[in-house]
Amino acid sequence: MSGLGNNASGTPGEEKGASSMLGLGILKGLGVTLRNFLGSYRDPERLITVEYPEERLPLPEQSRAFPMLIYDGEDPIGGLRCVACKICEKECPSQCIYIVKDRDARGRPMKRPKIFDLDISTCMGCGICAEVCPFDSIKMDAAYERSAESRFERLLLRKEDLAKPNAYYHKIHPTEAAEADARLGIASPEPEAPPEGAPEKAA
Amino acid sequence: MRDPEKSSELEETAPPGLPSFQEIRRILEERVEGLRLEFIPNPAAPDQSSFCVPTEFALETARILRDDPRFALDFCSNVTGVDWLDQTVEETILHRETTDEGERTIKEIVRRRRPGFLEAVYHLYSMRARRGPLVIRQRTANRIDRVRVASLTPIWRSAEFQEREVYDLFGVRFEGHPDLRRILMWDEFKDYPMRKDYVEPDDYEYEPTPQGEAAAKARRHYPYGGAR
Amino acid sequence: MSRQTEGQQFASALGMGNASPEGPRGDSPVLPPPAGPLYEAKPKPGSARAAEGETLEVAVGPHHPSTHGVFRMDVVLDGERIISLKPRFGYLHRNHEKLCEGGTYLMAIPYTDRLDYFCSLTNNWAYVLAVEKLAGVEAPERAEYLRVITAELTRLLNHSCLVGFLLQDMGAMGTPLMYAFREREKLVDLFEELTGARMMCNYMRFGGCRTDASAGWLERTRRVVDDFPRFLDEFEDLLTSNEILLARTQGVGKLSAELAINAGVTGPMLRASGVAYDIRKAAPYGIYERFAFRVPVGEHGDVYDRYMIRMLEMRESVRILKQALKEIPEGPVLNPKARRRNFRPPVGEAYGRLEAPKGELGFYLISDGSPRPYRFRIRAPSFINLTILEDMCLGHTLQDAVIILGSVDIVMGEVDR
Ligand code: SF4
Ligand code: SF4
Repeated sequence: MSGLGNNASGTPGEEKGASSMLGLGILKGLGVTLRNFLGSYRDPERLITVEYPEERLPLPEQSRAFPMLIYDGEDPIGGLRCVACKICEKECPSQCIYIVKDRDARGRPMKRPKIFDLDISTCMGCGICAEVCPFDSIKMDAAYERSAESRFERLLLRKEDLAKPNAYYHKIHPTEAAEADARLGIASPEPEAPPEGAPEKAA
Repeated sequence: MRDPEKSSELEETAPPGLPSFQEIRRILEERVEGLRLEFIPNPAAPDQSSFCVPTEFALETARILRDDPRFALDFCSNVTGVDWLDQTVEETILHRETTDEGERTIKEIVRRRRPGFLEAVYHLYSMRARRGPLVIRQRTANRIDRVRVASLTPIWRSAEFQEREVYDLFGVRFEGHPDLRRILMWDEFKDYPMRKDYVEPDDYEYEPTPQGEAAAKARRHYPYGGAR
Repeated sequence: MSRQTEGQQFASALGMGNASPEGPRGDSPVLPPPAGPLYEAKPKPGSARAAEGETLEVAVGPHHPSTHGVFRMDVVLDGERIISLKPRFGYLHRNHEKLCEGGTYLMAIPYTDRLDYFCSLTNNWAYVLAVEKLAGVEAPERAEYLRVITAELTRLLNHSCLVGFLLQDMGAMGTPLMYAFREREKLVDLFEELTGARMMCNYMRFGGCRTDASAGWLERTRRVVDDFPRFLDEFEDLLTSNEILLARTQGVGKLSAELAINAGVTGPMLRASGVAYDIRKAAPYGIYERFAFRVPVGEHGDVYDRYMIRMLEMRESVRILKQALKEIPEGPVLNPKARRRNFRPPVGEAYGRLEAPKGELGFYLISDGSPRPYRFRIRAPSFINLTILEDMCLGHTLQDAVIILGSVDIVMGEVDR
């Protein structure tokens, strides 16, 4: 530290709380770091860093990253709960959802989305869409490793990318998913159902 | 939409720790010669109603508010601008009429056009006496060329950066400000971005999920039906 | 070698100011230098050398490790002394206020997280406080307790990190900051468990909080809070009597109480100057009047006092937290009458403010009865606390200016909005 010798701040400070012998305070501080250093050999609790990405901490249940669309049954697109009511599109603060309602052969609107795009390059993961969706369709995923090389390819999610089975939802947010199932009046899926693309977690 | 009956009722409320608005008006108008304060009622939070101070008396009024022990508002917490566009306002006017059945009050609704103006709003507190807020406002004559109000930085230093910000984002000119430059925008910037009629520059960037205004803009740049 | 060139060499070696216009890549086009300074920095009268014009202008920042983000100080030096210092902002300006005027009341909440990204929970609270005042909504009891708990945890987080950063500015590379971040980690883990996110919590709503805290969460919070004084003791052992810290901070950047009040300085900065003004006491919001705590006040108004105030405030926060965690009742956390969608407060305006870790954070809202605020204004404490930066730095050296800036506690997301 080069600022030590030439601390010329104009007004010399009064000696407040300074130790009787110059340098004692520094030694006391060094004692603290030494205690921490030696303690880390004795007590594994003191080793607080996690060697990410080899090692990962389990995520808490509430944890949220980006939204996903839940489907029931086997068919990811046919089973989507979304009825294309566009409430989430309207309420999203960063306006990153884009929905087009599907139409049948005679041009009447149908209760499913033709296009459901979500631009996670602008999504801020606030969870408001999940909060306002009255059909328990859009929920927050916990998968956070979403980096991509291009802004428009892997960050613009189509409904195929967003669709996640209910079993996956149960795996990451069990309490919330059970509440949603109770509201919708459907049976909860088997707990062992193989989750697709689930984030790897090591306890 | 001002109901004169309600307005005078609200004037009897008081800001926290201070005399009632009526009383404040009386004290100030007594001490500053020629001052006429306009009371701006605030139905949502009556204790945060405000006074509109004419620009030419603002500095003197502010000094009294700070130095008079009845106010002692030594802390100017918040300074901000508001842009009011031209609008049609409805006003309710009360007439008293004597008919055969006795006296009765008739409410008449008058519509008139109110030219737009810019406003500088100050929230004043007292740190020593723990009072406030008292809200005062200054209004410009219009939004185009007569946009001067008095700077209160000589009274409260905390207004220095905040008035600069109001100047920068709203275009209100503060007479007597020691250093009135842009603060958040760069010096060469022309317009005032917080005004309600500000048109953002047409620097469209491709957006995968355009909606509303952004979609209209996308269509201008990609004539074949927007981004998709 | 004249003084000027020496200084220039020093400046360019640090990457500040008059570096050679060529970037690291030789082939990139070199922009012509600007025709003149954007404004004249006038030397203070009375300085003999300044009269001879022997001054040095240094632009510290916008990319400088000591400026806590993209912030620039245009400094004029006479020898080693600062004779003028002009802060320049706006590098992070995104017109937050206009952004929020374009959206509904609900949409503004996640944006407030991004103001002061260390303290998203107090930002949330300040905003919903203003909306609740505007719309006359009240939050249930349990939500009020949760608000106090999260706000005080935020204060612990902010102050411990700030002390770490301040020491980092002083040259204590790493150790204090790492210790502070070790504690911060425990706090953000609690936030993540409660709100789903570590920093961008988006937790509070008009009339309450978004989610309830489980009994397990409260228990873990109790444990973290009970452990916290041990960390504070360790931190004080490490720092408070350290001679280097004393030499660098005592008597540096003095701010008088009169100037602090007049310049609207709030928060620990103000209290370090000897003014006992804490909004939690002066105009209690939420349920703060139920808790017993003291407001620490400094006497010298220098950097050391600002450091010390924060250490003491953390101990008071621990006190509040212990009481709140003991008393928290059961019950709902959201007022069922408060709407989220199609929320239209009545016509009018409201200014709501609270004691954020950095000072008084206020939101001023004007409603015209529509679902969008007509005016959305943020009174950002770090922005207004910078008003007197020049006054505190005059006469000091550049290395002191760095720690004075550090002691103000700014976050550029809030300064530039
Ligand atoms: S996700 Fe929910 S809110 Fe959004 S369109 Fe589908 S059903 Fe409506
Ligand atoms: S998480 Fe927030 S930003 Fe992202 S899509 Fe949902 S509402 Fe929009």
